[in-house]
Amino acid sequence: MSSKRSSRTLAALSGGLGLALALTACSSGGSGGTNASGGTTTAASGDCAAFASYGDLTGKTVDVYTGIVTPEDQPYMDSYKPFEDCTHAKINYVGDKAFETQILVRAKAGNPPDIAIVPQPGLLQQLVATGAAKEAPKAVADNVDKFWGADWKAYGSADGKFYAAPSGASVKSLVWYSPKEFTDAGYKVPTTLDELKTLSDTIAATGKKPWCAGISSGEATGWPITDWMEDFMLRLSGPDAYDQWVTHKIAFNSAAPTAALDAVGSYLKNDKYVNGGLGDVTSIATTTFQDGGLPILEGTCSLHRQASFYASNFPKGTKVAEDGDVYAFYLPGVKAADHPVLGGGEFNLAFSDRPEVQAFQTYLSTDLWANTKAKISSESTGGGWISANKGLDVANLTNPIDNLSATILQDPKTVFRFDGSDMMPAAIGSDAFWKQATAWITGQNTKDTVDKIEAAWPKS
Amino acid sequence: MDISTKLLTMLLAILLFVAVVGLMLFIAGRTERRSASIVGYVFLFPSIIMVSVGLLYPAVRTTFQSFFDAAGKAFVGLDNYQTIFTSPDDLLVLRNTVLWVVVTPFVATAIGLLYAILVDGARGEAFAKALIFLPMAISMVAASIIWKFVYEFRPDQPGVRQIGLLNQVVVWLGGSPQQWIVNSPWNTFFLIVVMIWIQAGFAMTILSAAIKAIPEDIIEAARLDGVNALGMFRFVTLPSIRPSVIVVLTTIGIGTLKVFDVVRTMTGGNFSTNVVANEFYSQSFRASNEGLGSALAVLLFILVVPIVVYNIRQLRASESR
Repeated sequence: MSSKRSSRTLAALSGGLGLALALTACSSGGSGGTNASGGTTTAASGDCAAFASYGDLTGKTVDVYTGIVTPEDQPYMDSYKPFEDCTHAKINYVGDKAFETQILVRAKAGNPPDIAIVPQPGLLQQLVATGAAKEAPKAVADNVDKFWGADWKAYGSADGKFYAAPSGASVKSLVWYSPKEFTDAGYKVPTTLDELKTLSDTIAATGKKPWCAGISSGEATGWPITDWMEDFMLRLSGPDAYDQWVTHKIAFNSAAPTAALDAVGSYLKNDKYVNGGLGDVTSIATTTFQDGGLPILEGTCSLHRQASFYASNFPKGTKVAEDGDVYAFYLPGVKAADHPVLGGGEFNLAFSDRPEVQAFQTYLSTDLWANTKAKISSESTGGGWISANKGLDVANLTNPIDNLSATILQDPKTVFRFDGSDMMPAAIGSDAFWKQATAWITGQNTKDTVDKIEAAWPKS
Repeated sequence: MDISTKLLTMLLAILLFVAVVGLMLFIAGRTERRSASIVGYVFLFPSIIMVSVGLLYPAVRTTFQSFFDAAGKAFVGLDNYQTIFTSPDDLLVLRNTVLWVVVTPFVATAIGLLYAILVDGARGEAFAKALIFLPMAISMVAASIIWKFVYEFRPDQPGVRQIGLLNQVVVWLGGSPQQWIVNSPWNTFFLIVVMIWIQAGFAMTILSAAIKAIPEDIIEAARLDGVNALGMFRFVTLPSIRPSVIVVLTTIGIGTLKVFDVVRTMTGGNFSTNVVANEFYSQSFRASNEGLGSALAVLLFILVVPIVVYNIRQLRASESR
């Protein structure tokens, strides 16, 4: 009897151990991600004058939580080094691919990080609504007034209060082309939408399909069309109408958005224009967005509208430069004087007002940090990072596309607008808009498309 | 959370578990001599708790939520169900699900049965069976990716080569390449093929075992009576393995009702190929419309239950034989 009992206990114990391990594995998932600290406590020998105002923060730690992971995380950690070296504070950088859902969970559960790098204004609004976020200190607000436009400041604000300074930025209003083809055929980079149309017709007249596109992207299939539509909405109806459209002050199926989608259709659903090297209009739906612009290299396509990050999709060895294999031009406005830009970016939102957090927040909003980060990114990852910070010296950007993007962002005429679908409610921005755009490209007419998206808009 | 607190949490979890198990064993030990049924209940207790927490509670809560709006705040009655049965997009979802459930189980079972009979007793039977059973070992997502390549489309242009097997065959036969997964409604059938490819192996394995279990004397008696091959199948094989066929049909039917991976991987529900399980996921987790998502989940549940009940009954019938 006793031996029976003891063997049973042993079995229960070993089973229990397994379950307990599984339990703890689950509970640690919350903090997840790669845990890395870039803390070196070597005495600062360099130029610490700029950091004097932050004081000595020895023994203090600031937790940064973000969705930016390997390999892009290292330049971030490296760019924090000067701050750590001079103030002796420790910055604890945690990158987590599940950031966008986890940050809401953490904020609601009362366990937020000190600073979160938030990639969407919509998410920022949700985080502020949890009540856990802290307003930015005056020093940050002053820096943002100095280095960014009012449009950027507005995206970091909620309910009239300013919360978060912008961090990185990206430009979406770009058209990729082959500089060689343009030189050989004598094409000029268009400066108005009409010129773009004329250029497309000219190329189409040679028997070549001028445009190529791809919108397949797993469950997010359709998103490149939403970018196209946002770009045309911003150009044809102006920034005010664009804002009203994004915030649903005008209906999705009203005249202006319908006209914008029709304008996109005059390119993407025009079988004389698409789909260079990839098939007919329908092939846009099945081509992955990564493959969408590659026919430019094969010479079967001339123009491809896609964001600055598309540069990394070209195969190794492709020279991306004004005198290279492929380059991009700014998608022009209706008039040459118009300069609307569609883009994206991140924001540094703080959940604590401890002095060291505010000091670090202030450092991140300076031109010093923007330039430090740009230099480090250019050296270690060949670029791919820019900021809309006007203090950013474009000479620090070695990558020609970064250089072009930063120049576009810093242009005083630029009217910047954030990617609209990122700011619409999830039911639209990450569901109905994508789905209906995909149905639209495979044959559904414009009216049904905008009507169905309008019908899906959450009623509240 | 640093390492020491993690270890502490782990230790606490282990202690808690040991305490619970110890308590159970203690109670069971005390009551052991008195009544076997009490011991049974004591051991059943943790399972009941887990089923309640992991299955019963979510089921009740989901049903409850399906009567609320997107944010889960305002009571909307049957509005979500009304949406499912009136909006054109959702009706399409229902139509596709019906197509899946009607086609997949029968075709997969028919192929599996035919294959099982053909290879039964043949030379190289084990190898032939392994061949059709192999897709079972591949996950749905992997299978979908493989088939996506089979259906891949490239335009019929000079200098452009087909990379999809099916279109290459069509081109060899002199046809022009087709957008297999875009052209509705045939694209749904091309997705169903993937499911059949996976499930036929399952059907073959079960049915082959059932065929081998038919008593030799019945077959011999039928042979002596001069039954031909077709008659043998119709009057001996099929009636003998009927319960197994039904179990296979219903099992595949349940799996097909819940089909999600294939649709999500191959089309993401676009091009009019959406099904209930995929739409339920999109509504719940992408559109954050918990009400409609829950209603779709409940609908799926209601559709699956009768098949599950029938399946279990047949399973019992076939076991009691």
